[in-house]
Amino acid sequence: MSIFIDKETRLVVQGITGRDGSFHTRQMIEYGTQVVAGVTPGKGGQRFDDSVPILNTVERAVSDEGANTSVIYVPPAFAADAIFEAADAGIEFIVCITEGIPVLDMMRVRPYVMEKGARLLGPNCPGLISPGKSKVGIIPGEITHAGPVGLVSRSGTLTYEVVHKLATSDIGTTTCVGIGGDPINGTNFIDCLAAFEADPETEAIVVIGEIGGTDEQEAARYVKEKVTKPVVGFIAGQTAPPGRRMGHAGAIISGSAGTAEEKIQTFEENGVGVAQRPVDVVGLIRDVL
Amino acid sequence: MDIHEYQAKELFARQGIPVPPGEVVTSPEDAERVATRFGTAVMVKAQVHTGGRGKAGGVKFAKDASEARSHAENILGMTIKDLTVERVLITPAEDIESEAYVGIVVDRASKRPVFMVSAEGGVDIEEVADTNPEAIRKLEVDPRYGLLPHQAYLMAADLYEDAKQQRSAARIMRQLYDAFMGAGASLAEINPLITTPDGAVKAIDAKVTIDDNELFRRPEVEEMRDVSSEEPSEVTAREAGLTFIKLDGNVGCCVNGAGLAMATMDLVKYYGGEPANFLDIGGSSNPEKVVNALRIITSDPSVKVILFNIFGGITRCDDVANGIVTATEQIDIEVPIVIRLTGTNETEGVRILEGAGFSAMTDMDAAVEKAVNLATGTDK
Repeated sequence: MSIFIDKETRLVVQGITGRDGSFHTRQMIEYGTQVVAGVTPGKGGQRFDDSVPILNTVERAVSDEGANTSVIYVPPAFAADAIFEAADAGIEFIVCITEGIPVLDMMRVRPYVMEKGARLLGPNCPGLISPGKSKVGIIPGEITHAGPVGLVSRSGTLTYEVVHKLATSDIGTTTCVGIGGDPINGTNFIDCLAAFEADPETEAIVVIGEIGGTDEQEAARYVKEKVTKPVVGFIAGQTAPPGRRMGHAGAIISGSAGTAEEKIQTFEENGVGVAQRPVDVVGLIRDVL
Repeated sequence: MDIHEYQAKELFARQGIPVPPGEVVTSPEDAERVATRFGTAVMVKAQVHTGGRGKAGGVKFAKDASEARSHAENILGMTIKDLTVERVLITPAEDIESEAYVGIVVDRASKRPVFMVSAEGGVDIEEVADTNPEAIRKLEVDPRYGLLPHQAYLMAADLYEDAKQQRSAARIMRQLYDAFMGAGASLAEINPLITTPDGAVKAIDAKVTIDDNELFRRPEVEEMRDVSSEEPSEVTAREAGLTFIKLDGNVGCCVNGAGLAMATMDLVKYYGGEPANFLDIGGSSNPEKVVNALRIITSDPSVKVILFNIFGGITRCDDVANGIVTATEQIDIEVPIVIRLTGTNETEGVRILEGAGFSAMTDMDAAVEKAVNLATGTDK
């Protein structure tokens, strides 16, 4: 099995005619994702690459094409409203790739989506992939294959690095999820840990964190209390200076809080094996499989 | 983005928060002129983007205009935490009866704006949080409803006994919340909020940090940016659409993706080196970005080796390779370049590099180790 997306996923792409939206829509279709519709207001009635229907609203994508999942590639100024629209339309799972959404917008979006009973992944995330079934977002399809490891990460390319290293050692994944690098996001580490724990095909879990905030620490405590499967972790940013935003809006050490050292220590205290280098994840996973 | 105290006070004053008058000057003569105009004792306050100005000698009391001039002479040009003071704020000195702290931050745990209020103001609030956490009241605001009047009053009543001061402070809480939301801030603080012997409540220091993601829709806030207070290479990088942070080492790093960039820095350290910078060229694959990145890295004289670590996804290896080749034609690069390239269009990227006399590696650890050895002179 896999978490959050599989062969039943019926995807609508919000911002399908944009530069990133069109490129990644083709990649997703090629991978085998069921892209059932695209939305670009004002372009309803056209078709994307002569096949995928383009609609004016997400509501129509749900009513006419049976979309249950959405992926958002629209620019930051319109992204918050795109998430509201997806939630209003009854989409169950909303994946927001857009980077640069103001945090004050996300403060309003997050509770709204939760009250509608929808799940949000991101923003500022690479999306997710369930190898052999579906991919939603921008993770390259060829870097991982189906296997027993569930992976969740705050990063994009660092995730590719780790799953690629696993793949070259012939270790595949059930689902690989990027939760994004913003300080306020939807799905968090604990949501993914719970889903992987409940997924019978996932045998071990990799958590890739970074400096800033307390999500990793809370995830580690959750592992100790609720997760029976082995969990292995890596934390990026051991050499990051305090007070500086390291690319991701959420990757910042405030005062003395949110350092890599603190997170690594909490991992170790709660039975999460810590890889010193990204490549060391492979050995730690091999030991527990 | 950080803004200066005088700019934060402008934002506060626009919402109606009582702040003392003030003027920013860049010369001792102007300091004297402004102080003369106020006709009272004044404070001379360094305008730099850092805390601890007072401890560093960047904030001084002047009993008259000539003393304001001599303080300004000392403070202008002074260095506080690597930042040169180019401006001072001249503002009338206030008679202080009590000092409180009022701040709002975006709280990651509750995912809401959270007020922090303490009757122990005028000191570092992190210190109070460590030594006497009960002295701080924290109050979460639901951003969908805003700060409710009774919440503002609750906090005000923590600070003051006097009914009039409570009403003033409650009004200031609401105004601070409006200033915070209106500017797209991630932090807004008044430290201290004072009372004077005649009973007035005033904000005599102000600090505001703006969420960088807000700037595209708030040009009036972007205008407050003081480029002179930022590292020049970081300004160049931002203008080129790159995220760059200068560090103290000698291994120049050029990476796609923030997480991988941090992991690369960590790996440099692991193999015994020190990273010269954090640099994320981002997800797009524009060769021009690579050229700009190399320009910025090579402008740092301490860089002994340049390390590329590219895991192609949206970023295409051939674009990065083209950028490297173009850059080396345009810029005179005197240090060795170690390139790790894998992922989308890797074969094409490697072919381009080899055609220009470069070699590329595919393994991150091997590339980092080689770069560190070159930087430390242990590579034969």
